[in-house]
Amino acid sequence: MTGPADHNGRDGYGAVARKEDARFIRGLGTFIDDVTMPGMLHGAILRSPLPHAVITAIDTSAAEAHPGVAAVITGAMLAERGLAWMPTLSGDVQPVLATDKVRFQGQEVAFVVARDRYAARDALELITVDYEPLPVVVEAGQALAGSAPVIRDDRPGQADNKIFDWSAGDAEATERVFAAADVVVTGDMLYPRCHPAPLETCGAVADLDRVSGRLTIWATTQAPHPHRTFYSLITGLPEHKIRVISPDIGGGFGNKVPIYPGYVCAIVGSMLTGRPVKWVEDRSENLMATSFARDYHMHGEIAATRDGTILGLRARVLADHGAFNGAAQPTKFPAGFFHIFTGSYDLRAAHCEVTGVYTNKAPGGVAYSCSFRVTEAVYLVERMVDLLAAELGADPAELRMRNLLRPEQFPYTCPTGWEYDSGDYPRALRMALDIAGYPELRREQAERRAHGEYMGIGISFFTEGVGAGPRKHMDILGLGMADGADLRVYPTGAAVLAISCQTQGQGHETTFAQIVAAELGLSPDDVEVVHGDTDRTPFGLGTYGSRSTAVSGAAAAIAARRVRERAKIVAAAMLEAAPEDLEWSDGAWRVRGDPEQCRDIRQIAMAAHSGLELPAGVEGHLDAGSVYNPPNLTFPFGAYICVTDVDPGTGVVTVRRFIAVDDCGVRINPMIVAGQIHRGLADGIGMALMQAISFDSDGNCLAGSFMDYLLPTAVECPSWELGSTVTPSPHHPIGAKGIGESATVGSPAAVVNSVIDALAPFGVRHADMPLTPAAVWRAIQGRPLRPDLATS
Amino acid sequence: MRIAVDVNGVERSADIEPRLLLIHFIRDELGLTGSHWGCDTSNCGACVLWLDDTPVKSCTILAAMADGHRVRTVEGLERDGVLDPVQQGFAHCHGLQCGFCTPGMLMTARWLLDHCPDPTPTQVREAISGQVCRCTGYENIVRSVLWAARQERENRA
Ligand code: FES
Ligand code: FES
Repeated sequence: MTGPADHNGRDGYGAVARKEDARFIRGLGTFIDDVTMPGMLHGAILRSPLPHAVITAIDTSAAEAHPGVAAVITGAMLAERGLAWMPTLSGDVQPVLATDKVRFQGQEVAFVVARDRYAARDALELITVDYEPLPVVVEAGQALAGSAPVIRDDRPGQADNKIFDWSAGDAEATERVFAAADVVVTGDMLYPRCHPAPLETCGAVADLDRVSGRLTIWATTQAPHPHRTFYSLITGLPEHKIRVISPDIGGGFGNKVPIYPGYVCAIVGSMLTGRPVKWVEDRSENLMATSFARDYHMHGEIAATRDGTILGLRARVLADHGAFNGAAQPTKFPAGFFHIFTGSYDLRAAHCEVTGVYTNKAPGGVAYSCSFRVTEAVYLVERMVDLLAAELGADPAELRMRNLLRPEQFPYTCPTGWEYDSGDYPRALRMALDIAGYPELRREQAERRAHGEYMGIGISFFTEGVGAGPRKHMDILGLGMADGADLRVYPTGAAVLAISCQTQGQGHETTFAQIVAAELGLSPDDVEVVHGDTDRTPFGLGTYGSRSTAVSGAAAAIAARRVRERAKIVAAAMLEAAPEDLEWSDGAWRVRGDPEQCRDIRQIAMAAHSGLELPAGVEGHLDAGSVYNPPNLTFPFGAYICVTDVDPGTGVVTVRRFIAVDDCGVRINPMIVAGQIHRGLADGIGMALMQAISFDSDGNCLAGSFMDYLLPTAVECPSWELGSTVTPSPHHPIGAKGIGESATVGSPAAVVNSVIDALAPFGVRHADMPLTPAAVWRAIQGRPLRPDLATS
Repeated sequence: MRIAVDVNGVERSADIEPRLLLIHFIRDELGLTGSHWGCDTSNCGACVLWLDDTPVKSCTILAAMADGHRVRTVEGLERDGVLDPVQQGFAHCHGLQCGFCTPGMLMTARWLLDHCPDPTPTQVREAISGQVCRCTGYENIVRSVLWAARQERENRA
């Protein structure tokens, strides 16, 4: 356990500097728009201005006549090739280019390929499309009304806008608990639609070699291997002829998991023109048409005794999935892992129901820096606990402490079936309260209130389930969620590790080298990490849901241990000892009882490639591989405290302090871990205070640029105060749990709880995110805003 | 039209369309892809470089407006194989993750330290407040700039 002073600390495998920085600080990264090829053409997409309409005619003749244009592609042309529709990550279908109708504003209608990006944009202006507008469904709450138009009339048998009904937990047991409870508190809350908005937008460069039939596609993807499989299924090209290269990725956060129509258009453009075709979307395309996150309309109920023992939790959710069900999550879980919504508390029973609906909005539902829907779940339970505290007149910190799972309860099976691997929750909360100086903060709050100043203290405690997942339960479109690692050790002992997951800034080139180096007694500088190229890496499902360390990191450690075992046999031959008489210590195989008799990996590697006589059946060389199929998820957790100041005259919220105590198990590189937490905390401030993709009642997207979709800058973020505890995962080879998303998951509830706490003197019980100045001011006035809809 | 621009100390001239944005001139015509593009509305700052001695958002400037002027990009920070202290600071303090905002942040940081060699954390935050980083939560960017400032003061001493 380390204290807050160590938050860029020296524990774990070492806070070594990142290998990847050398290129980025020189401006020498290779992001998608930096990829150029001789003869490359540029693509641009014509998008629908209407959220719901029948396409009656498309005239591309003027665009085709433009001197810079090489090809204009429409849905009808794709339909002739069987390419007009493609599968989504949830097993629905989505048009590459619209054929019959458009179903959300910004939907892809035509694709122009031209000599440069300016000419491609010019040509878009020359295409005329005739639309017959249809009534729109903007509000999820209206999607199931009898009067709602059926958005997906392309789906055989689809008579309404329902996608699924899904539930988890024991409804009857929960009902019994609620019936017997002293106190039941209810709350309605929206987790508004937001967007991961990585700083780099999505794009691709497709190059089909007509002679060899090989397709190379550079693409902004967090999951190169599944993309290759899906491109093969979509285009009919054999999978071994497809190479997906994910170059440097300028942030992903879930946005770069799905396959987007633009990628497929670039491929078709290259097929038609015989030249490489680049497509890079602009920011408004990114915000309006690529995968959003959340959009969960939630009703929660919490049951407790009068003295503050929480007994049960219930939730009913309406999930807005947009026009096509493109939600990213394992197949068996249409609402993701939302049923981890019992959070960090010892409950008797819980039950949740989720209904997914179509609306005339962009498709998606990606895990924006979270394991599938865990953010929504944490937000619900942490708001409900605060509502309960308000009802009971209890201190929210004490109420949480009283109900947190106790260390001796682990492994703990929650009422909806998740088996939490390990944790010491009270210790983390105590540490956060200590760093914050909680009693002092409460005293200050009381004093300020007496002077008409509104300060809030918000707490959240979260448990995540990450690292999907056991293949038996978890697959995406039929691909089980296991990941491979291949480790080669060259004669000099230098090693190359090839992995299937894909960094988008997390520093895999450094941390994975650290994992291997620690197992083999090498320096991280001796290990090169290869990723992002399906021709050079083993199959695996990629990076999202904090899978990299939890799954690929385990694969890497196991591959390294296999190398070590092979090395043992070689070392034994070198030392003329029996393998069972050797032990691995201090970076070398040593003769038990005579530790000076030893060989390290460099010596062994050279010998393994030499003429040294090895026992019968031993092949030589040291290379090894592994495929890791996790036995369970890992369960990182943490305690967060946010201190805000609210100006009741303007509604402006200032985040004064943010304290975050995270436990992600063993930390590989504490410096990188801290950076990941910082990122997520900024995300939480963004979601809680400013980020929302809202619509007007006609279905126009009101957040199509960074002028409307606001992101936190350096002046909205405080200097983060971190603390850490380390509770290793018992089932992960190196005890690590994953940290990429904890802070995004845990922080929004802390910010909202803090603002609502500040507004308590006004009688405000709840207000929905984002808590913009207008939203806060209206909440104080008792006329809360609908953040997702602009209606008069 | 023909323009001539001094880019990182090298005279570069080209025939361009009058509407060509400076960011596209730098990236597509000159192949200096360190400066990035991240938004349509001058909000993100991924494209920040110097026009003469001032950081500008190069997505909001026509290449034609740079005719006869000097441009300095991230590629011009390293001198004679020695990294600028701000570059060293970002690597030392983990001031970057994906690296997409980094070139713009570095150019603003360099300008800040040229004009304010001993900035407070608040001054650093204000200097980069027109730029977005989606990865770092800004904390380590601030530390990186302060580290560079300290380094430069020590180098001068
Ligand atoms: S590209 Fe966003 S400000 Fe220039
Ligand atoms: S490091 Fe990724 S946007 Fe700043």
